[in-house]
Amino acid sequence: MNELFNFTEVFDNLDKILSGFWATIRLASVTAVLALIIGTVLVSFRVSPTPVLRGVGTVVVNVLRNTPLTLVALLCVSGLSDVLKVTFSDTPSVNGYWWAVTALSVYTGAFVSEALRSGVNTVPLGQAEAARSIGLTFGQSLRMIILPQAFRAVIGPLGSVLIAMIKNTTIVAAVAYGVDAVSEMKIMFFDLGASLPIFIGFAIGYLILTLPAGFFFGWLAKRMAVAR
Amino acid sequence: MSAEASVLFDAPGPRAQRRNLILTVISAVVLVAVLAVMGWQLKSKGQFAANLWEPFLKPEVWTGYILKGLANTLKAALVGSVLALAFGAVFGLARLSDHAWLRVPAGAVVEFFRAMPLLILIFLAFFVPPSISPIIADGPLGNFQRVMVETLGAPFGVEISRGVVTVPAFAALVFGLVLYNGSVLAEVIRAGVQSIPRGQSEAAYSIGMRKNQVMRMILLPQAVTVMMPAIVSQMVVLLKDTALGFIIAFEDLTSYGFKILPANYFNLLPAAFVISIIYIGLNMALSGLANKLESRTRRSAKVAAGTPSAAGMTATGRITGDGGAVGAGGDGGAAGG
Repeated sequence: MNELFNFTEVFDNLDKILSGFWATIRLASVTAVLALIIGTVLVSFRVSPTPVLRGVGTVVVNVLRNTPLTLVALLCVSGLSDVLKVTFSDTPSVNGYWWAVTALSVYTGAFVSEALRSGVNTVPLGQAEAARSIGLTFGQSLRMIILPQAFRAVIGPLGSVLIAMIKNTTIVAAVAYGVDAVSEMKIMFFDLGASLPIFIGFAIGYLILTLPAGFFFGWLAKRMAVAR
Repeated sequence: MSAEASVLFDAPGPRAQRRNLILTVISAVVLVAVLAVMGWQLKSKGQFAANLWEPFLKPEVWTGYILKGLANTLKAALVGSVLALAFGAVFGLARLSDHAWLRVPAGAVVEFFRAMPLLILIFLAFFVPPSISPIIADGPLGNFQRVMVETLGAPFGVEISRGVVTVPAFAALVFGLVLYNGSVLAEVIRAGVQSIPRGQSEAAYSIGMRKNQVMRMILLPQAVTVMMPAIVSQMVVLLKDTALGFIIAFEDLTSYGFKILPANYFNLLPAAFVISIIYIGLNMALSGLANKLESRTRRSAKVAAGTPSAAGMTATGRITGDGGAVGAGGDGGAAGG
């Protein structure tokens, strides 16, 4: 029975586990930046005074939110990359990486925009009225008055979205890229035989990635809360 | 947002109206141009060829492939959501227990599974049992393992032969869905019960009710109304997550659309398009139900009275209706998973 909990394999292969998580972190950090940008663009579409842009924003966000991420990733990889030959690079691994990033950023961007939109709704009417009364245009008031307050109001929910994104790297990596912690776990399962210690090793890795992120965003949300 | 004043704009005057009109025209032109370029690209790559789309007019493609895949997807979602609700109810209520020996382990289980990516749980159920079950079978728990697999595992197709347990993709998928979504639902249920004003339970205790009566007759009936939107949103997440079965070769709708149909008809894009429509339609219908429930809850004076956190909860439920953002915990610590 003791061999069930023999952790030597984990300690012997610590470098592989860490390199898997390093790939996860690289994937997640690039995606976080892109998703925030995409989310901001989408939310500015959704609140714009132009009906066409508003419609586009609403449709894009609702479609993305109701599509499984597996499907988004497959559409990117099998559809766009393999069938339509839209590629980022001729090197398969580089191409896979960027398609994984693209799929996850676009998908996460929809949730970021939903979070931001609920933040826009928390900004009191007086703020925007004051902005307009001193002559700021729509773009200026959005950029300098509304969005900064909206961002601060939704740090908590945004944190949840980003943590979900960290966990979702497993999906896009499995479908498109094949290099990340879970892929590494699968490789170790095949090479060394699947075992509980290997699973526990990777599970702890994910706990280390997600739990502190949760506490950090909770702390940041309290610290940055707009005093009203 | 209509033409009235909102956070972002006043009722537009003549100049603003003119500017908006120009912007509308420009964005419409850009939109049409983008769509045209996409369509032209697809056409130039031959994706509109009739033979690629024809299969979807044949009934046997629907009955033989798409509906089979849809049935598997819905079966996984249905079994998963029933079990996840049961898991969530047990662990959510256990976390509310007055006994630390029950509350603390339940909390640890919920927090652990909420922090795990779903895929790692599916891989755990899929790859680990076949490899470790022979070791258990030789040990003192061998008989116990056999009995457990034959009673609990058999309904899901888990088999044991000569001490080796094999887990079919369906069972592994359901295992992951139940543990992950069950943990999120446990938090939803806990937050729902906690959102009921304290006066309710105090009043119940003061008329002499016992702990389980208070929970059963006072708190839960009210909490169910409050948390219904969040629960339905979580069902959307669960339904979306069934697509992960593709990765372990479960023959769900995704597999039929991206592997099996294209292998037979060489029409990956059209097949992907058709099954995407099915997925999006299903999920939008469920999301719509969640939104409807939410607006009804918000209108209902009975619930709205004195439960400010209830609104917050449903709002988070909506924001987190994705592949796993965390949910309904009102406090910062609970948002950690």
